Amino acid sequence: MNTIILQIASRYTLPLLLLFSVFILLRGHYLPGGGFVGGLVASIALVLHAFANGIKKTRELVKIHPGFLMPVGLSTSLLSGLFPMILGKPFLTGMWYPHSVPVIGSLGTALFFDIGVYLVVVGATLTIIFSIIEAP
Amino acid sequence: MLLAVLLPFLLAIFLVIPFRKYESLVARTVWIVPAGIFSFFLQTYLSGNTGITGKASLSQIIPYSLQWNLDGLSLLFVLMISGIGTLIFIYAAAYMKGHPYRIRLMGFLSLFMGAMLGLVLSDHVMNLFLFWELTSISSFFLIGFNNEEKASRQSALKALIVTGGGGLILFGGLMLLGQIASTYSINEMIALRGNIVADPFYPVIMVLIILGAATKSAQFPFHFWLPGAMKAPTPVSAYLHSATMVKAGVYLLARFTPVIGGTELWQYTLIALGGITMLYAAFHALLRTDLKGILAYSTISALGMMVFLIGIGTEASLLAVGMFILVHALYKAALFLITGIIDHETGSRDITKLRGLRKVMWPVALAGVLAAISNAGIPPSLGFMGKDLIYESTLHHIFQPIWLTSAVVITNIMLLIAGFNAGWRPFSGNLPSAFSKVHLPEKSMWVPPLLLAVLGLGFGIIPSVIESPLMQDIVMSLHGVSWAGHLALWHGFNTVLLLSGITIVTGIALYFALPQSSKIAAKITGLTALSPENIWTKIALGFNFLAIKITAVLQNGFLRLYILIILAFVGSLLAYKLANQIYFTIDYSYLSPVTVYEAIIVGILIVSILFTVFSTSRLVAVASMGVVGMAICMIFVFYSAPDLAMTQFTIDTLTVVLFVLVLYRLPKFIKLTFAIRHIRDAVVSIGFGTLIALLAMEVLDNQPDRTVSKFYGDNSYVLAKGKNIVNVIIVDFRGADTLVEIIVLSIAAIGVFSLLKLRIRQSQKIE
Repeated sequence: MNTIILQIASRYTLPLLLLFSVFILLRGHYLPGGGFVGGLVASIALVLHAFANGIKKTRELVKIHPGFLMPVGLSTSLLSGLFPMILGKPFLTGMWYPHSVPVIGSLGTALFFDIGVYLVVVGATLTIIFSIIEAP
Repeated sequence: MLLAVLLPFLLAIFLVIPFRKYESLVARTVWIVPAGIFSFFLQTYLSGNTGITGKASLSQIIPYSLQWNLDGLSLLFVLMISGIGTLIFIYAAAYMKGHPYRIRLMGFLSLFMGAMLGLVLSDHVMNLFLFWELTSISSFFLIGFNNEEKASRQSALKALIVTGGGGLILFGGLMLLGQIASTYSINEMIALRGNIVADPFYPVIMVLIILGAATKSAQFPFHFWLPGAMKAPTPVSAYLHSATMVKAGVYLLARFTPVIGGTELWQYTLIALGGITMLYAAFHALLRTDLKGILAYSTISALGMMVFLIGIGTEASLLAVGMFILVHALYKAALFLITGIIDHETGSRDITKLRGLRKVMWPVALAGVLAAISNAGIPPSLGFMGKDLIYESTLHHIFQPIWLTSAVVITNIMLLIAGFNAGWRPFSGNLPSAFSKVHLPEKSMWVPPLLLAVLGLGFGIIPSVIESPLMQDIVMSLHGVSWAGHLALWHGFNTVLLLSGITIVTGIALYFALPQSSKIAAKITGLTALSPENIWTKIALGFNFLAIKITAVLQNGFLRLYILIILAFVGSLLAYKLANQIYFTIDYSYLSPVTVYEAIIVGILIVSILFTVFSTSRLVAVASMGVVGMAICMIFVFYSAPDLAMTQFTIDTLTVVLFVLVLYRLPKFIKLTFAIRHIRDAVVSIGFGTLIALLAMEVLDNQPDRTVSKFYGDNSYVLAKGKNIVNVIIVDFRGADTLVEIIVLSIAAIGVFSLLKLRIRQSQKIE
């Protein structure tokens, strides 16, 4: 699709949408949102970019293969679950840093778990959609 | 004790490391581990500390404890496993020299050793089963070690299917037994023997356990995997397929003798099973000309004899079993290792060609002769003593002593000939010129078989070494009563001695009299169509055929039919359930008044659904589907489910994108279908939709149990410090579910990726 409007628009919407997705991810613990929705929003942002500018441009922009995000995300989630075990607590116990951190808010294993979910969702969605776009 | 079992597993993990230039050093020194385990158990034996039972918890994280039991029977096995294991490791290092996967072989051997040790030390039947399966799996890898050869892979698969299938059957038997006894500890079961034997399920349990043992110990008609397993490197054949693993079935039967043995059913089944196996296989051993083939069949025959003796079940016969297990392990492992040397040095295993090798490798010849003597039961070897015990037990059996004794004598004569064929024939006669350059291999190859053969002789001369407490403890653990007799070579002139004499004289006479050629073997090849192996293969192929037919009908490739069938099936189940159970009444006073914007949304919904169904353009249909999704999002928003709305919104966007991408590749929409199909589809979808609506209203009417949602509501901030309950459930309360879900998601993505990237060339399509 070669529409100049969409191309220009996607240039501005991409960073906005990506930031928004992170925002959704971080607010998830208190307000509607979370890693799953955040990941989907981020995927939509990149798919929109791919529609406007062609898949090649998006691939150049992302640099790494999106499939790579899946193992990274899975390990993040798994490690956040394993972390409490080091301290002798059951697998996946929610543990929190007692003080509030600026911007992020409270910091805990659940947040890292959610970040893992976010990465897996982005990785899986983009792998599927990019593969279909590129299929001959 | 836990360490002794875990050590081989740790070693197996350690051997995964690529050692590169230290490969040789590692390969030559790993035998230290089994040697250490052997000396630990030997020290236990010498200090008289048998009868140890114990528990070992693996850790506090995994709430799983292993119950150990080290009695006479276990001790015999652990000494054999670790002792012969040590020699096998030394031998294999030399035998596999220069092989790129030498370390890998040792890793698998080590894995097997751990599994086998665990098997014979477990008191809990489920532990026993776990290790039982592990031995099958490690055996699979070892048989298929030369994985570039098709025959090797096929044999490995065959062995896995037979022993693994037997494992499943055994699992059923052990579960039933555990249920009836309401304990899974074998020691505790022994006390409950009366109840178990009287239970109506007893015959079922017995048959299941015997079937499990028969597949593992290669009893007729499941024996055929064992000759196939000879595709493995020779050290593996010596270790797994003669000395230890195949005896696991015998071990199992012996172990369960005090629990489910002793009944007439048990005795006759085992006598018949073992009797047929030992005669059938001993006869086959005579027809083979390949050294490993001879040894494989004579091993099957020996296993049959052990099962037979367990079936007889008297004190004398159980002692004979214990003795024969040891005797057989010593001489058979030695013969296998000798075969390995011959194969390694001359490149041939054909006994019609091998001659006069004693002139070039006398220590190997000496080992061969000693092993053949022990196998033949010629005094003063341990084999003589073992044979005497066997004859003694059959002679004093109340049921048909003459028939049983003659079966054993005939088997022993045939086994004697087979043993001489393997242990003596290659070394006798004149050395052919083709083999004149054959030389003695390095020490670490010929010392192990010689040591085993000499032990077979040495134990015979000084039987007191194994008599007390080893053999006494075995009788104790199998028969429940301590055995006070003594092992001796000389019992005076009696029937047993006469039978031994007949066996030896007839056997040796026949060895020289029988023509040694492949002509006889060729004559019976006409019967292979009736052999169990052939029937088994036919059944397996039949399954393949059936599977192809079923797949062709069910997996026909039309997605619309799949959906139709699924919906119709689920719909009819739902309809059947709901037909009797619709109680809901709609109480209009509870419902909030319909607002204008709700009415508008519903209007949009209906219009876009009609568009989706009746449009002739796919793009329009997809776009209207998107509108339906968005309208539902709005409904979620109205009824305060923002999380759902957000997810639905993003998912719908992506679904539309996906649809467009896929539709782009489809041909132009053409109306090909018949009106009747439209009506059918309409009926199914409207019916299904109505059912779901009914179900939703029914659920609304019957308020379900709210304890769980109340718990989440009350505790999400207290326990998990989150105010968004949905998210807290996802990342904290049900975190493990989410973890699995993202794994599934990744697998799906990898699946789509690999399917789309897969380019099958015409030539590669299907073999």
